Amino acid sequence: MFRNRSLALKLILFFSFSSTLIFSAVFFYNYRYSRAIILENQEKDARNLALAAVNRTESLLNAVEKIPENLAVFLENASYEKAELLKLQKNMVEKNQEVFGSAVAFEPLAFKPNISFFAPYFFRKNSKIEFTQLKQESYDYLHADWYQIPKELSTPQWSEPYFDEGGGNILMTTYSVPFFQKKGGKRLVAGIVTADISLEGLQEIVSSIKILKTGYGFLISKNGTLVTHPSKELIMNATIFGLAEALGDNRLREIGRKMIKGESGSVPFRDPIFFKECRLYFSPIPSTGWSLAVLFPLDELMADIERLNRIMIIMAVIGLAVFSVAVVFISRTITGPLRSMAKATEAISIGNLDMQLPEVKSRDEVGKMASAFVAMQHSLKEYIQKLTETTAAKERIESELNIAREIQMSILPKNFPAFPGHPEFDLYAFMQPAKEVGGDFYDFFLIDPDHLCFIMADVSGKGMPAALFMAVTKTLIKTTAKAGMTPAEILTRVNNELAEGNEAAMFVTVFCGILDIRTGQIHYANAGHNPPLVTTQAGRISFLPKQGGLVLGVMEEVDYQTESLRLDVGDSLFLYTDGVTEAMNTQEELFSEERLEKELALLTQKPIQETIGDLMQRIKDFSGEALQSDDITMMILQYKGGKTTG
Amino acid sequence: MKKTVLLLLLFLLLLNPDLLTAESGRLKKASFIPHWSPQAQFAGYYVALEKGFYKKYGLDLTIIPGGPNRSPIDYLRQKKATFGSLWLCSAMEQRDQGLKLVNLAQMMQRSALMLIAKKSSGIKTIQDLEGKKIGMWRNEFQIQPKALFKKYNLQVKIIPQSFSINLFLRDGVDLASAMWYNEYHTILNSGLNPEELTPIFFFEHGLNFPEDGLYCLEETWETDRQSAQAFAQASLEGWLYAFSHTEESLNIVMKFMSLANVPANRVHQKWMLARMKDLMVEENPKDAFGKLKQDDYDLVARELKAVGLIRKIDHFPSFYKGRSTDVQK
Repeated sequence: MFRNRSLALKLILFFSFSSTLIFSAVFFYNYRYSRAIILENQEKDARNLALAAVNRTESLLNAVEKIPENLAVFLENASYEKAELLKLQKNMVEKNQEVFGSAVAFEPLAFKPNISFFAPYFFRKNSKIEFTQLKQESYDYLHADWYQIPKELSTPQWSEPYFDEGGGNILMTTYSVPFFQKKGGKRLVAGIVTADISLEGLQEIVSSIKILKTGYGFLISKNGTLVTHPSKELIMNATIFGLAEALGDNRLREIGRKMIKGESGSVPFRDPIFFKECRLYFSPIPSTGWSLAVLFPLDELMADIERLNRIMIIMAVIGLAVFSVAVVFISRTITGPLRSMAKATEAISIGNLDMQLPEVKSRDEVGKMASAFVAMQHSLKEYIQKLTETTAAKERIESELNIAREIQMSILPKNFPAFPGHPEFDLYAFMQPAKEVGGDFYDFFLIDPDHLCFIMADVSGKGMPAALFMAVTKTLIKTTAKAGMTPAEILTRVNNELAEGNEAAMFVTVFCGILDIRTGQIHYANAGHNPPLVTTQAGRISFLPKQGGLVLGVMEEVDYQTESLRLDVGDSLFLYTDGVTEAMNTQEELFSEERLEKELALLTQKPIQETIGDLMQRIKDFSGEALQSDDITMMILQYKGGKTTG
Repeated sequence: MKKTVLLLLLFLLLLNPDLLTAESGRLKKASFIPHWSPQAQFAGYYVALEKGFYKKYGLDLTIIPGGPNRSPIDYLRQKKATFGSLWLCSAMEQRDQGLKLVNLAQMMQRSALMLIAKKSSGIKTIQDLEGKKIGMWRNEFQIQPKALFKKYNLQVKIIPQSFSINLFLRDGVDLASAMWYNEYHTILNSGLNPEELTPIFFFEHGLNFPEDGLYCLEETWETDRQSAQAFAQASLEGWLYAFSHTEESLNIVMKFMSLANVPANRVHQKWMLARMKDLMVEENPKDAFGKLKQDDYDLVARELKAVGLIRKIDHFPSFYKGRSTDVQK
């Protein structure tokens, strides 16, 4: 099917398909590669952003940690009065802007043996430092996380973020440092010094993280509680695990577990709030065990490359279109001349040699082919012209040959019965010339009133020379044969005449016989001719014995022998040329002497003219379609009896 | 639990026709205080209120939000509330100490109190509790644990536990007290997986103290038995409605939480409501819904007496006035 399409279509399909393929491959690779690069760079950026935020947070937290730690050292090692402690404590809050409040909470009876609970608390309110005593009865500070956890663990602790109720009404976290007293050789927790910090500063650090359009950072506490997040309602109200449960997103839970374990990493992530595919980078805040995550939306990240892709695709489409047009154009310039050339050559092929071939200016293959076509047309024309001339010449020769043939045929006696005044014998001869002028001939004439000379001959070769040679031979024989000469004498003389100056080295086979009309006696000589057949009245048939005489015209001074035979009344002599025995059928079998003898035997009872006609028919039947290559010449001489003298 | 069970229960509840004879025109004023701030633990009551079940039974009910500073015991004693929800053991203790409370309906059939350890602390069985630091709430929350320690002859170090489970999460204690419907889920949502925890349920150790139940003063029961029964009936219907209309009920609960300025976390409330259903609706016996089983009463009474929290065990019918065929009205 495709085979029958035009060249242009094939070219367009092939080039469009292959160039689309190549483009797609390049495009795909480019996309993958640039995507990977962008991701890698973005991840680096995110990591840097997160680390910067973590570092800022850490330095903030570390600075705050020092404050209660120093106070704890003081409380453990110095002796102090209540007023002194309160002054120190107030000073600490006042001097450190980042500290929102500070408590020094004692174990029961640990401050003074007569004071059950002692927990002074200084905190900021309306840019003033306020003071309150935390009351065990109403506040139960001993079991607050900020007190109980560091106490049980005997190590400083950052608390989970919490809303300070009643105090500043802000989100805060507390750094609690236990201080100790030696009692009975044991080092026991005597109380906890705290520093509260507002989480506002931290929240600002984190919310200042802006990545692309909607990327953001968020902070989770050690328990997974969301401390900062763009969705305000989630802050302090949900953990990352609760979010995972609500969304049925187990991957999110696993990420959360990694985060609170203090791991850092970068994972693909589906944003639970904006439902976008994102990349999440998280990093721990070591002091608190919290974790900071930054999230960058992939679609925005890929926006540039997507835009580039769109442009590339548009360019590719336009490019392919232009390309196709170019292919169409080029294939037209190729196939256009080819098409008109095809048309022109079609016209030439049916003979219109003067058809104007299309002009091709280009020097490419098509141009070369076009000029080759022009050259071919020229030489064709020339050739045909020559051919026409040659044909004309040949026709002239042929017509001349035909005339020659007609002349040749006309010199053969063709009027039968030839001798109506001689009932003693009957004679019939027939010649079927081949297409070319051949060299067969026969002749018969009376030498004197009682003697009939008859000739059967075959000149070597064909064409004009043979015809001329035949005419010469026939004339020579007729002029040579005189009364009283034997056939051998005639042939000897004729031979000498022919051989002399026979430059062309032509020759002729001749059977020459002289019949004595009165007796039926025949004298004959054979110069290399096929031996005639004798048929008797009784139906016997036989070849005359071969004489071995040399053909005429080859060499002078050749002696020929005269033989004789006697025909009884009713006997016949059958003469022929090799055109009869060597007639060929399509299987290249010869008619042969045997077949001739057999066929002739069947025809002895018929009148001689009929015999020859039938025999000719037999030969034609045998040859079939095969072309006649040589003249076929036959002659029958039948003896009817002596002349009664009367 | 299949829905058909809930429908069957609803059908059983509606067999009490005389409750609906309350004159519909005039509603009787009443108030109810749950023993904690609004959350799905009390979903049934908020749903019954919101869906008008109390009105249907002739009550113009007000729900007083409970909380750490509002004890139902005080509110009942001072008659600031008509009805209250309490743990069974608390109610029995109060009754022994002179505050005559009667049980109108026993909501929970199973004790939700539990101890939780991290497997990483090496605690896999009860015996592993020996010598461990255990965070424990006060008062009635200590009865079952102490009975458990006694039962298994364990010496442990008790650390007072506050409302947060941070002490446990930070490994300040080896075990924490927890309610299955509340703290257990908080722990899961702090990043610990169930397979990392060893939960110890008291009902698995022969210490099933069914918790939440509805109470009023004996005096109230005597004077306005119909209102008391109507309250219990409407509450039970509220619960059945809540179990079969989870999302709607959660919306209602969240609304009341927001009204009371309590931080609301829907996932957590959903967990809580689901556990409530597990604790209240039992496959066997099917009609135990809202009933106090005498076996449970006897067990709790025995344990309370053994630790000296009550002096004598009251006759069961004088304490329990809820729906049951074997209780006189």
